[in-house]
Amino acid sequence: MENKLMIKLVVGTEAMFFLSLIMAYVYFSLTPGFTPQQADHLDLRSTAIFSIFLFSSSFTFWRAETNFKKGNMTRLKGWLLLTLALGLTFLVGQGTEYARLLQENVSIGSSLFGTSFFTLTGFHGLHVFAGLLVIAIITGLTFAGDYNRSTSSVFTTVGIYWHFVDIVWLLVFGIVYVFPHLHKITG
Amino acid sequence: MTDINLVPEPQESLPDLSVSNDQGILQWISSVDHKQIGILYLWLSVLFLVVAGSEILLVRLQLAIPNNHLLTPEVYNQLFTMHGTTMIFFVAMPAIFGFTTYFVPLMIGANDMAFPRLNAFSFWTTFFGGSLLYFSFIAGGAPDAGWFNYAPLNQYNYSSSPGIDYYCAGLLFAGIGTVTASVNFVVTILYYRVPSMSLKIMPLFVWMILINSFLVLAAFPSLNAALAMLLLDRQLHAHFFSAVGGGSAILWQHLFWLFGHPEVYIVILPIFGIFSEVFPVFSRKPIFGYSMVVGSGIAIALLAFGVWVHHMFATGLGNTVNGFFAASSLLIGVPTGVKIFNWLATMHGGAIRFSVSMLFAIAFLIEFTIGGLSGISFAIVPIDWQLTDTYYVVAHLHFVFIGGTLFGLLSGLFYWFPKMSGRVPDLRLSKWFFWLFVAGFNITFLVQHALGAMGMPRRVYTYPDLPGWGILNLISTIGAFLMAAAVGLLVYILIKALKKGVIATDDPWDANTLEWTTTSPPGLKNFDRIIPVKSARPFRDYKRPADADWKTNPADSITAKPNSHGK
Repeated sequence: MENKLMIKLVVGTEAMFFLSLIMAYVYFSLTPGFTPQQADHLDLRSTAIFSIFLFSSSFTFWRAETNFKKGNMTRLKGWLLLTLALGLTFLVGQGTEYARLLQENVSIGSSLFGTSFFTLTGFHGLHVFAGLLVIAIITGLTFAGDYNRSTSSVFTTVGIYWHFVDIVWLLVFGIVYVFPHLHKITG
Repeated sequence: MTDINLVPEPQESLPDLSVSNDQGILQWISSVDHKQIGILYLWLSVLFLVVAGSEILLVRLQLAIPNNHLLTPEVYNQLFTMHGTTMIFFVAMPAIFGFTTYFVPLMIGANDMAFPRLNAFSFWTTFFGGSLLYFSFIAGGAPDAGWFNYAPLNQYNYSSSPGIDYYCAGLLFAGIGTVTASVNFVVTILYYRVPSMSLKIMPLFVWMILINSFLVLAAFPSLNAALAMLLLDRQLHAHFFSAVGGGSAILWQHLFWLFGHPEVYIVILPIFGIFSEVFPVFSRKPIFGYSMVVGSGIAIALLAFGVWVHHMFATGLGNTVNGFFAASSLLIGVPTGVKIFNWLATMHGGAIRFSVSMLFAIAFLIEFTIGGLSGISFAIVPIDWQLTDTYYVVAHLHFVFIGGTLFGLLSGLFYWFPKMSGRVPDLRLSKWFFWLFVAGFNITFLVQHALGAMGMPRRVYTYPDLPGWGILNLISTIGAFLMAAAVGLLVYILIKALKKGVIATDDPWDANTLEWTTTSPPGLKNFDRIIPVKSARPFRDYKRPADADWKTNPADSITAKPNSHGK
C-alpha cells in the first residue's frame, strides 16, 4: 500500500512537470516564430507505428502483472521480455526520428519548434528509458527467482509508472504530431 | 543479506547532536535514522545561515554610506543573488525539513519514516545541491541575476560566467530532494500513525506538513521544468527564454512564480504548524478552533496557485489579468488572518508561560502581521507599480521570511531543543538572544519601508547622497550587524548547551503530544509502546486522566473549552 501511494504521488508530481513542458510547447506553437512548415518535418506515419509499440507495452506489462498475481512465473517472464522489447523498439524509433531531423538541420537550437519539440519528446524519452531500466532490473530479479511465491508490490508500482509514461505519450503524440495535421486538413 | 554489517549500525546512545559516538562521523554519513537525518538537515541549515548571512553583511557594508566603492557591481550582484537563493533553498527549506523529518514520526507514534533510505537520499541530494551552487564561486563566478533569475538576464550573453548553470544544476538537485522528501512525508503521515490517531485528532504540525507536502509536489515541478529549460538555453542554445530566437522572457516569470508563490507558503505553512503546537502548550489551553486551523491551511494551499501574477503586475499583462490576481491576492490574506485569530484566541484567558519559544511566537504575531499588511498593499495594482523593485519589497519579504519563517523556526528550536539534545539552553542568554535579534531585525528592516517609499531601487550596488538615504541605510546596516551578533550568540548558546547544559527532563514543558513521551533525546527505537491516543492532546490526557479532553467533551474532543486551563 505504501509503495502504491508513493508511486502515485511521484506520478502526480511528474504530471505537473510534463504539464509545464506541454504548456510551453502549446504557448510557443501560438507565436509567430513557430510556422506550420516546421511541423512538416515530422513523420506522422512511422511515429504512429512506433507509438503503437509503446501503447502495446502497457498491455503486455498489465499481462505480466496479472500472471505474477496468479503465480505463473513462466508467463510472467515472457510478458516482461515482450514489454522490454516493445519499449526498446519505441526508443529506437524515436532515435531514428531524431537522427533524420538532425540531418534536415532541425535541432534544439535551430528554431523555436526544435527547442520545444526536442525538450518535450526528449524528456518523455528519458522517462521511457528510466522505466525500461527499472523493468530490466525486475526482469533480471524475476529470472533470479526473487519473486517466486512473493507478495511484492513491485509489479503494481512499476506498472503505475509505466502506464503513466504511456498516457503522457498519448498527449504528446496528439499535440505534437496529430493536431497540426488535423489543422492542415481542415484548412 | 550477509552477516557482514556493511553499514555501521549504532549500538546504543543515539542520537544526540554531537558526532562523538561509537562510529564517529561515518555513522552520520551512512545513517538512515530519521532523527539523525533531521539533525543533519538542521546543521546544514545553520551552516548555510552563517554563509548567506556573511554575504549580506558585505552587501550592507557596501550600502552603509552613499557612493561607496567597497564592492564592485559584479561582486555585489553575486552576493545578493547567493544570499537570497541560499536563504530560501538551503536555510529555510532544510530547517523546516529537519524539524519535519525529526518530529513527524515521533508525533504520530511511528518508529521511522515510511522510506528511510529515500529519506537519506533526500537529505544528501539537498546537501550536494547546495555544494554545487557554492562550487560556482571557484568555477568562474557565482550566479548574479537575483534569486528569481529573470530572463533575459539569465541568458548567456548577459551572464557568461558559469554561475547560472550551477544555479540550475544545484537547485535541480535540491528540488529533487525536496520532492522525494515530501512524497516520504505524505506516505509516512497517511500510513504510519498509531491506529487510534484519526486525521481529526492528528497534531496540527503534522497536518500542516501533510498539506505542505502536497503543495511541494504541485509547485516544484514548475521550477524544475524552468531550470531544465534554462540549462538547455545556456548549454545547447535552445530558445526558451531568449527573445532573439523567438522565445519568451515572460515564460520564465510565469513558470518561476507558479512555483515561487506557492514556495513562500511552503516555507510558512510548517511554521504555522509549529506555532499551533507552541501556543497551546505555553498558554495551557487547547488550540482554539482546531478545524479552522486545518481548514484555513487547506484554503491557503489551494489559493497559493492562483496569485502568482501579483509578482508580475509591472510586466503589462493587462487590466483584466491584473484585476483577477489582485482580487485573489487580497483573498489569500483571509485564511492567513483566520490563523492569527486562532492563536490570539488560544492565548486569551490562558495561563501563559513566557519561555523563549513563546516569546518568539508572540513576536511573530506582531512582525508577521506587519509583513502581511505590507503584502496586502502589493495586491493593489497602482501601489505595486509604484513600489515594485524598491526597498519596500525587500522590507516586506524580510518581515514575512524573518518575522514569519525564521521566528517560527527559532520558536521550534527552543521548544524542541531539549528533546533533541537532552539539554536545556541557558535561559538568561537565550532571552538576550531573543531581544537582540528582534531589535536588530526591526532596526534593519523597518527603515527600509521608508527607503522604498522614497524610491530607492533594490539590487543597485550604490546610491547617490539624496536627503535621508544615507542615514536610513546606515541604520539598516547597524541593525544587520546586531542581528549577526545575535546569531553568533545563538551558536554560542547552542554549543554551550550541548557541552554542559543542564540535563533536560523528558517533558520539560508539560506538553501535549507524543514526542514528549519518549526519553530526551529519544533512543534509537522511538517507542516500545504508545500511550492511548483519544484526543488531539494524548499526553495531557495520560498525565491528567480525570480531566482528559476525550472525557470532558466526548462528542467533540477538539473544540476549545474556555475554562480548561490545565493545571
